[in-house]
This record gives sequence, structure tokens and C-alpha cells, in this order.
Amino acid sequence: MCTVCGCGEGESKIEGQDHDHHPHDHKHSHNHSHEHGHNHDHPHEHEEHEHHGSEQQGHDHHYGHGPAHAHAPGMSQARMVQVEQDILGKNNEYANENRRLFASKGMLTLNLVSSPGSGKTTLLTRTLTDLKDEIPLSVIEGDQETTQDADRIRATGVAAIQINTGKGCHLDAHQVGHAIEHLSPEDASVLMIENVGNLVCPAAFDLGEAHKVAILSITEGEDKPIKYPDMFFAADLLLLNKIDLLPYLDFDVDKCIEFAQRVNPGIQILQVSATTGEGMEDWYQWIKLAHQTRLIGRPKLSTTNSATQTATNVAEVS
Amino acid sequence: MHEMSLCEGVLQVLQTEAKTQGFSKVMTVWLEIGDLSSVEPEAMLFSFDVVTRNSLADGAKLQIINVPGNAWCMHCAKTVNVKQRFDECPDCGGFQLQVTGGDEMKIKELEVE
Repeated sequence: MCTVCGCGEGESKIEGQDHDHHPHDHKHSHNHSHEHGHNHDHPHEHEEHEHHGSEQQGHDHHYGHGPAHAHAPGMSQARMVQVEQDILGKNNEYANENRRLFASKGMLTLNLVSSPGSGKTTLLTRTLTDLKDEIPLSVIEGDQETTQDADRIRATGVAAIQINTGKGCHLDAHQVGHAIEHLSPEDASVLMIENVGNLVCPAAFDLGEAHKVAILSITEGEDKPIKYPDMFFAADLLLLNKIDLLPYLDFDVDKCIEFAQRVNPGIQILQVSATTGEGMEDWYQWIKLAHQTRLIGRPKLSTTNSATQTATNVAEVS
Repeated sequence: MHEMSLCEGVLQVLQTEAKTQGFSKVMTVWLEIGDLSSVEPEAMLFSFDVVTRNSLADGAKLQIINVPGNAWCMHCAKTVNVKQRFDECPDCGGFQLQVTGGDEMKIKELEVE
């Protein structure tokens, strides 16, 4: 993250977008040039300082930077400052902005988290293929590098945007905010955010989503929930994927469920296979119901586009 | 790796505070880190040095105040100490625990000039 506006300094990039063009650009480049100028000037400035005494002119250009200028007489008194701020406060502000936007548009946003290789993208492409005629969908893809996943998503006909985090190990709310600007999702749509494959860091970063959905494949071992408790604590739903491989593996489903519920007693668990389609209908019902709750009390949104169709489908099933 | 982002978050707050509270150098930063916050203090100390290089907090000391994890045991009806999210109640061995404290990551105070 860039330390000025929170964007990924040259490392993270949103597909199809030069990061420099985002609205924070002003502040961004402004500060950079300041810092730059400062570094450049420093030795020179210092010299002047020594030779000609106090050179106030120089100070105005780089206040707040560089320890050398803090030694002016009467200015060097150390003091204590109370801060009492959450370290992730900045991210949480961006997340709340995203959340407000999603609420105003009657959107359901899901943050899909898992370790790499859990079958997240396969599960997602199948979900999109099966649901795209019923619900307006869009996808934000997070990976360290390449647009391969976004390409796979777009092959289903659903709009997708890729965020490459570079050295970053998770998506943050600021990146997602920019991606939304580009994606401009429909009202009453479902936005799926496929986070970077990582069971640690994405747990701490709120993106403004309604639910975190953890995906765990049975090829990974049943003790993952207690090995990575923070992620399973943060998730509302656990999809136990690749359940079709159960006959070939020594995976104890009950044990896994017990571990997950020990970390998070409220977690809901569905057993699915994105390859065979087993259990996928349950997952779709979960999405549709969660989507419906976003539209309650918003008759205007739910009567536009296909949200009404979803309502009918849910009613038929229940 | 995510401690690095957290330290960048800390630096952002320092830069904002430097403007509003009028200081130009940070000497010490006190953080409150809970046992259940998924933060590794060692990694935090390492990342802090790297992230603050050539900033207003260059060379600043990072002091981490540990906050123990607390949970309310529904069975015992009292607050008990836990080290991890999936710990059982140390008294009754049950899992009906609601975490009540120890998940904070907070910048407490700064020594500045």
C-alpha cells in the first residue's frame, strides 16, 4: 500500500487501469514530488543551514519531513500524543464507503476466501454459468499476478475485473473501491469478490462485503479450520468443496465440521462439488436468499430487472 | 506478510496525526496488540523498521503492549482467559465461548517532537 492514500504503490494494479488515474491522483503525485524534492535538496539545504544560520525559506518546502529540520531551537521538545486509533482504521473507512454503496444499490457482495488450489475459481465459474440468467452478476478477481482468472470468468459471459496485488497478500477495501468504479455493477446485482488465495491475511481486511464465504477442499485436510482459525471465525459460510473425491481420500467430514464449529459456532456449512454439481443447488439457494434480504423494503430495486425472478424462484423452492 | 501492510497502516496514521497534531518526528510508537488479533509481534517489529525507513518515524521504537484474550463462557457465566479462538473454557472444558477482548490492534500513543 502507498502510505499516502492507501493505494498499492506501483505494485497493485487494477486491470485496464493505470493506477495513476484514480481520483486520489492529485494528492498522490503531489506528495511524491514533495518527497522527491526533499530528498534531493537535503544535503544542499543542510549546508546552507550550517553556513548561513537559520534559513527559514527551506523549511516551508518540506515541513514534517526529515529529522534534520526538527532541531530548530524551541521546537525539539519531545511530547506524548494520544492516538487511540485502530491500525486498520483507514481500511475500515474505505470498507464502510463500499458497504454504503452496496446497500444503496441493493447489492449482495460476497468475499470468497480460501487457500490456493481449493477450487475457488472453478466453483465460481460454475456458479456464474448456472446463475447468470437469473441474477445480474459481476466479479472482482484478486491475484498476485496475471489476468488468467478474470479471463476464465469473462469466458462465462459475466463482467469481471482483475486486481493484481503485486507483492500484497490480500485485497484491501481501497482497491475494491476502485475496481467497483470500473465495473459499475447493476442495481440489485450480486458481486463476487474472489480474494487472493491465502487463509491468513484476507481475514483481517474488511472489503465492505455482506459475508465472507470460506472455501475448503477436502484434499486439504480436515484440521484447516483450527490451523487457520481467524479465517473460519470471520466467515459466515463454509463450502466444503471437491466432495466427489471423498471415496478416494482419508478425510473426516464430521471432524472438519466439528473443528469449524469450534472456531465459529455460527458458521453454516455446505458440502459441494463444483465438478459434479453435487450440493451446488444448496449454495445457489443460499445466495438467492442472501440476495433477497438485501432487497427487503426496497420495492423499487426489486421490481427492476431480474431480482423479481429470483424472488419467484426462491418462493417455488420454499 | 500482512504485518507489513499493518505497519503501513500505522505509518499512514502517523502521517495524518503529524499534520493534525503538529509534529515532525516520531520517536516511539505504542501499539496494543491482542492475543487473538492474528498479529505476530516479532514480524510487526521487523516490518516496522523496514516500513518507517526514510519517513517521519525513521529509527522510531515500537513498543507492543500485549492484551490477553478474554472470552465469556456461557456455561460458567464468567470471563475466562483464552489463548486462541478455538480454545476450550479452562474451567469447564466447554466450547460455548464468546470472545470479548484481545482482538484489538490499536495505536495507543506516540512520543513525538
